Amino acid sequence: MTTSVIEASHLSLTFETNDGPVHALSDVSLDIQKGEFVSLIGPSGCGKTTLLRVIADLEQPSEGDISINGMSPHEARLNRAYGYVFQSPALYPWRTIGKNIALPLEIMGFSKAERDDRVRKGLDLVNLTGFENKFPWQLSGGMQQRASIARALSFDPDLLLMDEPFGALDEIVRDKLNEQLLRLWEKTQKTVVFVTHSIPEAVFLSTKIVVMSPRPGKIHDIVPCHFPRDRTLDIRETPEFIDVANRVRQGLREGHSYAD
Amino acid sequence: MLTSLWQGKTLPVLTVCAIITVFWYLGSIWLNADMQRMLFENNGNPSYSTAELIEGTLTQEKPKLPTPLQILAELNKTVLETAPTSKRSLVYHGSVTLSATLLGFLIGSTLGMALAIVVVHSKSLDRSLMPWVVASQTIPIIALAPMIVVIMNQFEVTGLLPKAVIAAYLSFFPVTVGMVKGLRSPDPLQLDVMRTYSANQIQTFVKLRVPAAMPFLFASLKVGVAASLVGTVVAELTKSEDGGFGARLLGGSYYGQTIQIWAALFAAAVCAWVLVSLVGVVDRVVTRSMGARP
Amino acid sequence: MKFHRPLVLLAGALAIFAAVSPMDYGIDGLAIGDHLWSRMIFSLLGIASLRDSQDTPQPANAVWNIPFATLFASMEIVSLAHLDGVRGWGFFCAVGAVWLGAWRSVDVIVERTPKLGTRARFMRMLAPVAFGATLLVLWEVLTLSLGVPKVILPAPSAILFRLVTSVPLMAADFLQTVQGILAGYLIGCGAGVVVAILIDRVPFLQRGLLPLGNLFSALPIVGVAPIMVMWFGFDWPSKAAVVVIMTFFPMLVNTVAGLSAAGHMELDLMKTYGASYRQTLLNLRLPAALPFIFNGLKINSTLAFIGAIVAEFFGTPIVGMGFRINTEVGRMNIDMVWATIVVAGVAGSLFYALLTAVERRATFWHASYRQGS
Repeated sequence: MTTSVIEASHLSLTFETNDGPVHALSDVSLDIQKGEFVSLIGPSGCGKTTLLRVIADLEQPSEGDISINGMSPHEARLNRAYGYVFQSPALYPWRTIGKNIALPLEIMGFSKAERDDRVRKGLDLVNLTGFENKFPWQLSGGMQQRASIARALSFDPDLLLMDEPFGALDEIVRDKLNEQLLRLWEKTQKTVVFVTHSIPEAVFLSTKIVVMSPRPGKIHDIVPCHFPRDRTLDIRETPEFIDVANRVRQGLREGHSYAD
Repeated sequence: MLTSLWQGKTLPVLTVCAIITVFWYLGSIWLNADMQRMLFENNGNPSYSTAELIEGTLTQEKPKLPTPLQILAELNKTVLETAPTSKRSLVYHGSVTLSATLLGFLIGSTLGMALAIVVVHSKSLDRSLMPWVVASQTIPIIALAPMIVVIMNQFEVTGLLPKAVIAAYLSFFPVTVGMVKGLRSPDPLQLDVMRTYSANQIQTFVKLRVPAAMPFLFASLKVGVAASLVGTVVAELTKSEDGGFGARLLGGSYYGQTIQIWAALFAAAVCAWVLVSLVGVVDRVVTRSMGARP
Repeated sequence: MKFHRPLVLLAGALAIFAAVSPMDYGIDGLAIGDHLWSRMIFSLLGIASLRDSQDTPQPANAVWNIPFATLFASMEIVSLAHLDGVRGWGFFCAVGAVWLGAWRSVDVIVERTPKLGTRARFMRMLAPVAFGATLLVLWEVLTLSLGVPKVILPAPSAILFRLVTSVPLMAADFLQTVQGILAGYLIGCGAGVVVAILIDRVPFLQRGLLPLGNLFSALPIVGVAPIMVMWFGFDWPSKAAVVVIMTFFPMLVNTVAGLSAAGHMELDLMKTYGASYRQTLLNLRLPAALPFIFNGLKINSTLAFIGAIVAEFFGTPIVGMGFRINTEVGRMNIDMVWATIVVAGVAGSLFYALLTAVERRATFWHASYRQGS
């Protein structure tokens, strides 16, 4: 039995700028079930980050409805229903890694014993045990981003929202982190909404790929993806993978003309 | 339109000024009340209404806190209604102070810029002299002012020059520090670009370092001109025979002429604001002519 | 500097002349005294300088001959300057040699400073110290030997003497002024931070107060000193009041800037935790504002000293550093004036250094402390 975690219907969001209105989202409807790994992919300006931010209650839609776990995004946020991972680690430089991971726990009022326990588990989950007392700048970019994922998971939300988390990293690190994220998802059974503009990454990680197109931002295609859960990076060479990737690429091309 | 006023700067600033004015009047009434009660009693006026008390506090001759209106009236009297050549005119005193300030500022900032240029090109001077220049910003060198005035008087150098010397050294240090920072501000990448053109030191200096230094230079020129004015005013405290805002402040405090003090202070503040704004105008003209975004 | 060779050659020549010339004349105008020791040292300086001015290759550490020789030579000319009588032109040649030698010594120190390591830190401090020491030596020697009147420019030794023999008086002055400085500084900076936090939730007031704050920072606020004396009396509270007014606005402007320094991502992160305004302020915005707050604190430390001392020019009970300067200037006791200025200067820079040390501990995480990355 699957339940809808996120239900969006006819979402629209228009920004007023000096150069006129920008239709970041236009009539977007999407349904995300529990346990899915959904990628939002598209070129710049297609609204994928905006959609993620609307889910997170960091932006408000101009029209349409959206509910998360049956609540409005505002209520969901105050209920601490999701963890958010940004494009850059956004770790606070005056806190050690351990204290950074504990930050949401402090804000949400967990006891000290509980906090210590969760920090330990979080570090273990992302393979950063032993780095508890280091400061963010002492870690590499990939390690910082892993710490930021641990932080997002420390208070055990069922929903994980990730905005191009590996975009700033080099390809080798990125591949490793993709595998680690997949294993983590397998282990924790979270629902993940993942924004990216890398086709291989989206196809590798997702159960469902939402292809978006810009101006105005809308959903162009939804591509299902049913690879075995214990897959490794080798799967990227298989014909099935290439088929899905081609379908995604096709959708991107159709939705976005380079003549713009 | 109301929203754009609300979002802008003018309405908030005017509102804050209005709030300050209201509090000022309340302050005047409160601080002058004791004196006013005494005045009433001395004049054999034992029964007075609150309205009369308030009116009295706002029109005292030597109030503890003059009202803005009283200060404006004094300014009007000493600026507009007195001949500029008279020793009672604030215009006269202003010209005394401003001439020393401007002369000192010009000398000090020119020397500061020159030293900065030398320091940036000489590692030896940079390591040995600059720490002292930077350290001078942590010590109150304005304390040297009275001494310089008196010593120069020993050499029969009076009037404008001692004050200009003080104004000069007060603006010299911030301008040097700011200019050095600015001349050093280009990105290493930008310097590398110059190297790929085999540009020599002078070309790199003129085409890269100087334009990059402009924002820092003008910021420190603003600090320098304000410091020059303060220095001149302080110097005038030591030797007030030649006039100037400092002399006026001192005179007012000797004879208890509070309105005179406030008027001189206002006038000095206006001059400071004008000087800093002028530097700002030159800043905008220069940066715009260099192609920077306004 | 490419022309160090002719200068060092000149230094060498001057030193040799000094070694063989009259150092001083007694009352009857005849050269007296052998000054053998001094002549030996000047000769060494001369030889070292002449060797350095040649193009021939030398062992690497030979370049240190000049700094050491200059050091000893400067000690000699200082002791010679303190003798009675009139200095001869040999002496002045020696002074010239020492000056040029010191110039070359600073160059050598800077050239030979390594890039990293503890030795580097030591040498980096040595360069300005050597520069300052040279100035002091020349000041001392020239004021004494040229007979500069004490009322114009006293020698550093005279200032030091005056300082050491007036410790009770200077201590009383210092304590008096420091009360005004500390009280005013704490109240002014504290009020600046508090008001900045209070208007944090009212952008309208921020837009109104900030332009005024920038305006105020440029005004000659010390001028309010006579008014403060009228309100708070002659003693240190009026000086503290002046300092409060001088330090309030720079602190306000800096804190407001600091409170907006937190990054958008970090702020959004707090939102995703459903954090309250207070939690966001304490956990994110205040730590992120610390570099700006310390910037304001450092600027204000100098302003506080200036404010309190200059305010005392306007009237104070018969004690205080500003009072001392004003009065002794009137009495032409210039060495006392200098002594007070030295105390004020040292106190000012020590306070600033203390603030810098605290800043380093509190904002160790800031990018400006890390090299690279």
